[in-house]
Amino acid sequence: MCLAVPGKIVETRDERGTRMATIDFDGIRKDICLAYLPDIEVGDYAIVHVGFAISKVDEATALETLALFRELGVLDDELGVTGGTVGGPIPDARGGVR
Amino acid sequence: MRFLDEFNDPELARRLFDEIERLATREWAIMEVCGGQTHSIIRNGIDQLLPDSIELIHGPGCPVCVTPLGVIDKALEIAALPEVIFCSFGDMLRVPGSQHDLFQIRSEGGDIRVVYSPLDAVRLAEEHPDRQVVFFAIGFETTAPPNAMTVHLAHQRGLTNFSVLVSHVLVPPAIEALCSSPTSRVDAFLAAGHVCSVMGTWQYGPLVDAYQVPIVVTGFEPLDVLDGIRRAVAQLEAGEARLENAYERVVSSAGNAAAQAMIEDVFQVCDRQWRGIGEIPASGWRLSDRYADFDAELRFGVSDVDAPESSLCRSGEVLQGLIKPHECEAFGKECTPRAPLGATMVSSEGACAAYYQYRRLDVVPVEVGVG
Amino acid sequence: MIGHGGGGRLSGELVEHLFRPAFATSGAALGELHDAATLALDGGAGRLAFSTDSYVVRPLFFPGGSIGELAVHGTINDVSMSGAQPIALSCGFIIEEGLELATLGRIADRMGDAARAAGVPIVTGDTKVVDARLADGVYVNTAGVGVVPDGVDIRPSRATPGDVLVVSGPIGLHGVAVMSQREGLEFGTQIESDSAPLHGLVGAMLDAHRDLHVLRDPTRGGVAASLCEIASSAAVGVEYDEAAIPVPPEVAAACSFLGLDPMNVANEGKLVAFVPPEGVDAVVAAMHDHEHGRGARVIGRVVADHPGVVVARTRLGASRVVDLPLGEQLPRIC
Repeated sequence: MCLAVPGKIVETRDERGTRMATIDFDGIRKDICLAYLPDIEVGDYAIVHVGFAISKVDEATALETLALFRELGVLDDELGVTGGTVGGPIPDARGGVR
Repeated sequence: MRFLDEFNDPELARRLFDEIERLATREWAIMEVCGGQTHSIIRNGIDQLLPDSIELIHGPGCPVCVTPLGVIDKALEIAALPEVIFCSFGDMLRVPGSQHDLFQIRSEGGDIRVVYSPLDAVRLAEEHPDRQVVFFAIGFETTAPPNAMTVHLAHQRGLTNFSVLVSHVLVPPAIEALCSSPTSRVDAFLAAGHVCSVMGTWQYGPLVDAYQVPIVVTGFEPLDVLDGIRRAVAQLEAGEARLENAYERVVSSAGNAAAQAMIEDVFQVCDRQWRGIGEIPASGWRLSDRYADFDAELRFGVSDVDAPESSLCRSGEVLQGLIKPHECEAFGKECTPRAPLGATMVSSEGACAAYYQYRRLDVVPVEVGVG
Repeated sequence: MIGHGGGGRLSGELVEHLFRPAFATSGAALGELHDAATLALDGGAGRLAFSTDSYVVRPLFFPGGSIGELAVHGTINDVSMSGAQPIALSCGFIIEEGLELATLGRIADRMGDAARAAGVPIVTGDTKVVDARLADGVYVNTAGVGVVPDGVDIRPSRATPGDVLVVSGPIGLHGVAVMSQREGLEFGTQIESDSAPLHGLVGAMLDAHRDLHVLRDPTRGGVAASLCEIASSAAVGVEYDEAAIPVPPEVAAACSFLGLDPMNVANEGKLVAFVPPEGVDAVVAAMHDHEHGRGARVIGRVVADHPGVVVARTRLGASRVVDLPLGEQLPRIC
């Protein structure tokens, strides 16, 4: 559903009370709205959907995920094991809302 | 692009394919809920490279596809008014109403503007105080905070010539409707990563518990989709049903608090018709009563407009995973992207259009050379 | 009711079902759909290439060019895609009442500069002014004639299994440059339109290998539309490797956030060549030596399977059908 791509915040400013930014997608510069990421800073990466930053990209987690993928085959090749899962369940932040 | 290219790496994809192959000992049907994931799967040919035992069912997660005919007709009626500048995301222009589409209204003189950001619609309202600017606010939870911002700003700036035609839909009630359907074939769900970046993952725990179905929050690049499938298969093979997050670099369990607060202020939950599926209780958002002044349905008196859907079109069964697009008798005959019967054939990420565009060789059997 | 253009299937159907039957008696030239018609001259050696195109681009001025350069380069390229060397152009202007004279002057200057730089003079023309609101500023039509060298036979139906597909450089630059200025989409970019005359490049390629089979400049609808049209008119299968397509990072980024496919985005200074295998090395080497072919790359091949259908090999190693894009490219949210 929702086309959203990561870009790097290169400048932030206030426009009539709304926090805005210039974001860089590999050389393409676009004005976007930062109202929903009040704490994001220049140099951070954000996921942008229809001109709004909706989520900060966590670089450390991205690198961890890629490292896990790299280990997938290698580990199995070395140990001769099959199957196994990477990553665990999500801790329930809101205490099991029903 | 950073954080896209890395997650397109063919070598790492091969490892994930191998891992899925190793894990899968039985047949499993996994639904990717989101149209963006369907697009990525079909465009990259992920479904062709998975083991035969893994079937991907393309879910109802394309907001363009599920917007009901009646709402499109309302949009067409408003957009044809001479005093109106009608603003829409590009996807909606080709979606057929019961008579025509927005493209035709435009060729007959309607002032229809394609906007990239909802804020462009607010800007147009400020630049054209003598015109009525209407924004077609469609989408899932991801698009709701941007759309809500237009109403917030219009209210704050006292814009009396701005209104919104709202048709928002919500993912968890749709998953619940699919789970509780007696004909459901879905063994596990890949939840929509960008929806969860706004809403968090906490809404899905109760569904996992109630229906004992694995739900894996999943991203959109090939490696993300493959990791979602891998985790779903691992759970299924182990006889488990848990909520997992395979898109941790973007999605947190709590989601985006500022965005949720804006949604809560501007919208309220309502029952919603889904094109092809029918009404799902509490599955949408409408403008909350305090912003009724910005409701285009009221302003232009189109609340009563409604329309029956094509009887030939089986998009509902496609969206529920009961049939594949090409199993519909009208597929590629009465129904093509050029002359679509249902919206699943219109949007480039509708399941039918994706099949028509990318899989015709398989469904109208011709040998594909893969040398 | 006419739907909006943008290359692709809708325009194709108009030509096929409306114009071609209506013009059927006017000779064989329209028999094969090509950018330029070639006409044998009575009693003389060689053939004449003849082509026309109309330019309605918005905005009138964009990074790296204007409607003026486009009108000159576009028609030179259409003539060149038959292998001809263009010798002269005509131009026709349809001007909306109220257009600034200075704007028209700038467009004319740029057309003159482009024609002089290409060495192809504009030799005749016409001007019409229509009432305000009956046109959008100014529309330009150009026609061009050229001479096809002896022994050159380039047309879509000559695409043959075994042919190698070569694209002359990075794709999508023109379309992205124009989109960056379009109302509602505006974005900042260093990208400029690739608008350029290609007759020099074509000459160099022919010097390297006389028997080129097909040339096409992938304008509206992009490279994908060109490949679909050629696969269809030659009834051959076409395959390309997505990983081999030269997509500049900025084009990829713009397409990514707008939800477009670079293969559907317009080019104005690129060509796609179908080259028999024995000529590929020489042709690619000649292209690399030419200013408009430095980024030339082999992207695929013609196959005997799936006639009329274009298939892309994805980066992951799967294959999918590539369809003719439907009219105007619209940004997606989903």
